[in-house]
Amino acid sequence: MLVPLSWLRELVDVDVPVELLAERLTLAGLEVAAINYLGLPQGAVEGVRWPVSDHLIWDRERVLLGAIREVRAHPNADRLVLAMVDYGGADLEQCVTGATNLFGYKDVGPLDPPLWAPFAMEGAELLDGHSAEPKRMRLRERALRGIPNRSMVCSEKELGLSDEHEGILLLDHEDSHIPGTPLQDVLGDVVLDIELTPNLARCFSILGVAREIAALLDKPLRKPSAALPADGPPIHGQAAIVIEDPELNSRFTLALLRDTQVGPSPQWLQQRLRLVGQRPINNIVDVTNYITFELGQPLHAFDYDKLLARAAGATPTITTRAARPGEILTTLEGAERQLEAHDIILLDAAGILSLGGVIGGAETEIDDDTRNVLLEAANWNPVNIRRTMQSQKVITDAGARFSRGVHPAQASYGVTRGIELMRQGGGGAVAAGIIDEYPLPPGPVQVILTLAEIRRIMGVSFSAAEAAAILRRLEFEVAVEDERLQVTVPDHRLDVSREPVTGQADLIEELARIHGYDRIPDSMIADEMPSLHANLALEHEEFLRDLLVTLGLRETITHRFTAPEREALLTPGGGPGYHSLPYVELLNPIAPDRRVLRHTLLTRLLDTAVENARWRATQQVFEIGQVYLPARGEELPQEPRRLAILMTGRRDLPDWQGADSDDLLDFFDLKGLLEKTLASLNVADVSWRRGTHASFHPGRSAALCSGDETLGHAGELHPLVAGAFGLRDVPVYVAELDLELLLARSKWRGFPVQALPLTPPVYQDMALVLRDSVPAAEVEAVLRRAGGDLLRELRLFDVYTGDPVPPGHKSLAFNLVYQTDDRTLTDREVARLHRKIARAAESQLGATLRA
Amino acid sequence: MHEQLEARYEEALQALAAVRDSEALQAWESAWLGRRGAITAMLRQTGQLPQGERAAYGRRANEMRQLLTAAQEERAELVRAAELAQDLEEGEIDITLPGRRRRSGGLHPSTRTLREFAGIWGEMGFQVYRSRDVETDEFNFQYLNLPPHHPARDMQDTFHTTTPGVILRTHTSPGQIHAMRELGANGTRPIRVILPGMCYRYEQITARSEIQFHQVEGLAVGRDIRMTDLKGTIAAFARRMFGEDARVRYRASYFPFTEPSMEIDVECFLCGGAGCRICKYSGWLEIAGSGMVHPDVLRNGGYDPAVWSGFAFGMGPERSAMLRHDIHDIRYFWGNDLRFLEQF
Repeated sequence: MLVPLSWLRELVDVDVPVELLAERLTLAGLEVAAINYLGLPQGAVEGVRWPVSDHLIWDRERVLLGAIREVRAHPNADRLVLAMVDYGGADLEQCVTGATNLFGYKDVGPLDPPLWAPFAMEGAELLDGHSAEPKRMRLRERALRGIPNRSMVCSEKELGLSDEHEGILLLDHEDSHIPGTPLQDVLGDVVLDIELTPNLARCFSILGVAREIAALLDKPLRKPSAALPADGPPIHGQAAIVIEDPELNSRFTLALLRDTQVGPSPQWLQQRLRLVGQRPINNIVDVTNYITFELGQPLHAFDYDKLLARAAGATPTITTRAARPGEILTTLEGAERQLEAHDIILLDAAGILSLGGVIGGAETEIDDDTRNVLLEAANWNPVNIRRTMQSQKVITDAGARFSRGVHPAQASYGVTRGIELMRQGGGGAVAAGIIDEYPLPPGPVQVILTLAEIRRIMGVSFSAAEAAAILRRLEFEVAVEDERLQVTVPDHRLDVSREPVTGQADLIEELARIHGYDRIPDSMIADEMPSLHANLALEHEEFLRDLLVTLGLRETITHRFTAPEREALLTPGGGPGYHSLPYVELLNPIAPDRRVLRHTLLTRLLDTAVENARWRATQQVFEIGQVYLPARGEELPQEPRRLAILMTGRRDLPDWQGADSDDLLDFFDLKGLLEKTLASLNVADVSWRRGTHASFHPGRSAALCSGDETLGHAGELHPLVAGAFGLRDVPVYVAELDLELLLARSKWRGFPVQALPLTPPVYQDMALVLRDSVPAAEVEAVLRRAGGDLLRELRLFDVYTGDPVPPGHKSLAFNLVYQTDDRTLTDREVARLHRKIARAAESQLGATLRA
Repeated sequence: MHEQLEARYEEALQALAAVRDSEALQAWESAWLGRRGAITAMLRQTGQLPQGERAAYGRRANEMRQLLTAAQEERAELVRAAELAQDLEEGEIDITLPGRRRRSGGLHPSTRTLREFAGIWGEMGFQVYRSRDVETDEFNFQYLNLPPHHPARDMQDTFHTTTPGVILRTHTSPGQIHAMRELGANGTRPIRVILPGMCYRYEQITARSEIQFHQVEGLAVGRDIRMTDLKGTIAAFARRMFGEDARVRYRASYFPFTEPSMEIDVECFLCGGAGCRICKYSGWLEIAGSGMVHPDVLRNGGYDPAVWSGFAFGMGPERSAMLRHDIHDIRYFWGNDLRFLEQF
């Protein structure tokens, strides 16, 4: 919301620099997003920081208020005139100008009163009126079609006021104007751009902001006058209102102005509207906008004669009600609108007039021939207005205010002040009285606020007098009774609740805001410390993260949005897979490929891998996060957590010392990582079973199990899947595990630690030749079983095929460590055990001992 | 044989004097004193001498052996010193060659920041409480004082699912209600939790806005929790996070679920408050939204707001990481470019 300082100053004394004012407003919750300076220099206030503004500053010596005393024809040009400008100097300055709005005064002789216009002398800095982009220029003496010229009368654009460059800016005549006054003192202004939070509906006007300033600076507020002049015949009987549903339309007021003259608004009013971003239209419509901005009460003006014509002799009667499906209205800007049940309409005998609280209809609008104006100020249900603006896709200044909530008491204020201003602008007679249908007045809101409650919530001890004084500055009526304040909420705000606890909280916020949050002391919580709760899932997850990082993996976090067809890529051949389960599907996705929540972390992880493959020869990453699984009969999905790992590329980092092998990461890198992970988590009874998951290479993948539970799958991504994602160059190894299952199967803390043995270990090797088909895990199992307690460690250190191992066979070589807890093993014992193990391998696996 | 013995001894001493390095010293030892060394051999010959000469010969040979061993020790000392001196002088490498590359893992910057937040709040007794991503409209909005068509709903553009009334949470605040209901024992027990989690907003993905982001919300509910506690606690957080001198500023603001509400700014740690591009020349950086828990929210959590009070706050780890690491594009976070991640 744009708030000109000049307008504010009419309502409240501002005796602090504007930068400090902006800071105070910001701290009080009216965030000043920007300060726009018009011609004035930026101020500097100790301790207050604002971005440096590089706006145009009007030179106090060279940019002045000029009085054009006469306009003469240019001897050599039709499209130029000579303005004779009084700028306070001894002689009139002859100024050559092409200002079209001076052409009408050409050669009419001396002008009295003069035309008042901004005037710039040689050396002044202005904006180039002919440049599309804001471009600075300095005024220099130069001849224009043979007439020397060193000055300029200025357009709004040249002064940096607006983009208006059709003619120069002409100001209304005022007796107080003195030629040569620095323009800064006449038109210089500062406009605050305030961002209002939704609770500050009451501040959505110049008056609302002025009231906050009055409270913050402890100054009196000068409210705009609203005395109905009432010099015409009474309004009663001239129009009637029928409100069908007071919940939709709690109040409707009308005032009538007869015999007025539609024309341009006075200059000061036009200037104010421009400063708040409005385009002046005529003196009737401008007043409706002006009051909307000044008081926050939107108005709507009807051409009364058009209403009369539509009533065909009867009293014009305006009915308000909810629209019925199928009804259509053509609004002011020419749009034909299909109405819905939440829209509120105004209609008369001849049909729909306007969309209540949002936008007027074309048929009864003010035009240049309007003589009689019927002025509406009403109150509308905010929810309906919001829905209308959303569904009709129209945002108006009126709708913006009604949708946040306007107190219905403001309607009569708005309509009386509006009709008064209209008569000031266009003349005419105001009908006595207003029509006021007010079926649903909200009634006064009273709150009992105790000093104890202030202390309880704020932690600050206010005296009753202090608290009352602050609230009164905001126009609350306060009756003090010892430790209790009986507070009556003023009739411009709807944000204080009647419910006792909430109402007190509402008032305490006002106390804190105006008192200043920075003045409230700091303390640490003295209240009872809550009991602590266990957080196993989180701790497990964080332990796992650290573990994986220790093992060299980078953590990633990806988008949780995807598309079923992306997840279907994980199942080659079009069978059922991740994409076959029901999805959490978005009603309003930002893109088709982000329209559901994921079932697996793999899709996004693979997308990431494609990107990273451009820059990195090796990728080893993981992600921990939720997947989303709608459950039958449940409103909300399950959100189980998963761990996904991806490894691909070169195993070694290229190095100048020659550790530069081109070996690629393979299944056993992934397996080793997972083995270490599961061992660190103390997962019980781990087994690797031949994989059956469709996303994986059938020969180089496994189901990772603990007991009978499948924790997840790991292995080489199926070449067709890798290809579908664009990962064709090197094999990609991935794993995805169910984190909840992993947690259930982990004894990741509180596991027993082995005592350190006091006896020496005995190291032996054993190489066995076996058929290729015998799995290594089976060999290990046989050796371990045969070795019993005394075989403390068993580690495969070599797998060999080829001469002299016979075809179809392989040689597996193991390190074995024998040890007891309580004594040193003798050579004979070791030899006997070693033979026993070898014999078991021979008899159970058909192995032969390799020399 | 005596003469031979003496001659051998002299010979051994001479040979020892010529030894310059440990390799030669070892060769000398095995040549003279080892099992097959010359002196050892001489000793073995004792038995070949006549009975009467044996004792003297043996004594002398043993004496020589001891003398030579002592001389060897002495020599060894010299050799070691010489070798060390040589190594120190000549064993120089090009220390500007790059070190052997190590591969290391690392946590995502969001995780690091989340942990930092959790650590600091943990010190002040706030435990982590997590709740779901997919929420009902009731929990995400209505219980938080945001009835349907409330204007404040415009502040949070929402992802709706195809199930009516089910949305992706726009903030972690629904966790406030879950935590109060689960931990508050029907409004009879105090609570101090932080609620970290992913939130979702219907936005354009740009350098400044994302459709998903983390939030860490905090909630303290008790019989005696006041605004002064909120201010003091947040100030303590800011000092822990941004340094002992961190200055904090409080601005009145609006959140439907707190009242009074305030935004919390910390003096810009990049420019020291002088004004820079990052703080948009204001000297302040917004770090959290906060306020006293709204009575309706307490009620919805099962507490009697006339007896219980509380404060809540919310902060963004990605935003915090962006400020601290001078990151200008929020898309880095879920882009997972290793060139970005490896900087952490």
